[in-house]
Amino acid sequence: MTIVFYLIAAITIAGALAAMLLKSTVHCALALTIAFAGLAVQFLELDAQFAGFAQILVYIGAVAILVVFAILLTRGSEAPKGGVFSKSWPAGLAIAAMVFAVLGWAVLSSTSVLPNETAKPTVSVLEIGNALMGRYVLPLEIIAVLLTSALIGAVIVAKHEKGSAK
Amino acid sequence: MIGHVTALQGYLLLAAVLFAIGLAGALTRRNAILVLIGIELMLNAANLNLIAFWRYGPHPEALTGMMFAIFSIAVAAAEAAVGLGLVIHIYRFTQTTDLGQMNRMKG
Repeated sequence: MTIVFYLIAAITIAGALAAMLLKSTVHCALALTIAFAGLAVQFLELDAQFAGFAQILVYIGAVAILVVFAILLTRGSEAPKGGVFSKSWPAGLAIAAMVFAVLGWAVLSSTSVLPNETAKPTVSVLEIGNALMGRYVLPLEIIAVLLTSALIGAVIVAKHEKGSAK
Repeated sequence: MIGHVTALQGYLLLAAVLFAIGLAGALTRRNAILVLIGIELMLNAANLNLIAFWRYGPHPEALTGMMFAIFSIAVAAAEAAVGLGLVIHIYRFTQTTDLGQMNRMKG
């Protein structure tokens, strides 16, 4: 493992922790952006340039902005009275710790030696485009329909209806 | 044991940490938007796993893991849009995003 991996991993984990622990919701959204950026850099480190830039465009460019919009539209930036964590937080923390323990144990104790440690895959955008238009054309079309219907659905759900709103 | 962490194991451990953080946040935060943020973190951890297995797997030229990750990113974007739309809509009726106070299904 290189020092770059450890540095970016530390930044990513710090961003994720801050996103889940900070009191102000807007600060949480900004910390979340740091975590997303760290993950994008990890994707680039893994020679997955296309996925890395898609991560930057989709998560930092769209999802983070959506989250900030939602926070500002719902007055979620004001700190709630009864604390930011629910009353049953020890149970949630214990469940998460147990999940991490199982995952970590499985990763560290697995004996499967992967053969391809050094070979660096060179993937051009041309190959990705050919794969998307060839072998993966059906998933691509399904994703297109899903995105369209999800965005129309989101607009309809969030639309302000004069008759029914209080 | 820690001294012999391979590159793949390092990435998988990072993904496990991020997944645990997201799960803890989704289970313990009271704000509905922050629960959605926790879910996004978990999805991102899964994406990191997919990319890491693609990079260190036997056939990276087949692009399978990378395509999985790209489609997963697209699905996550749709999920975020619908989820936040729902939160905004619920906020209009209840005037709150506190999950402890959203305790009735009638609008």
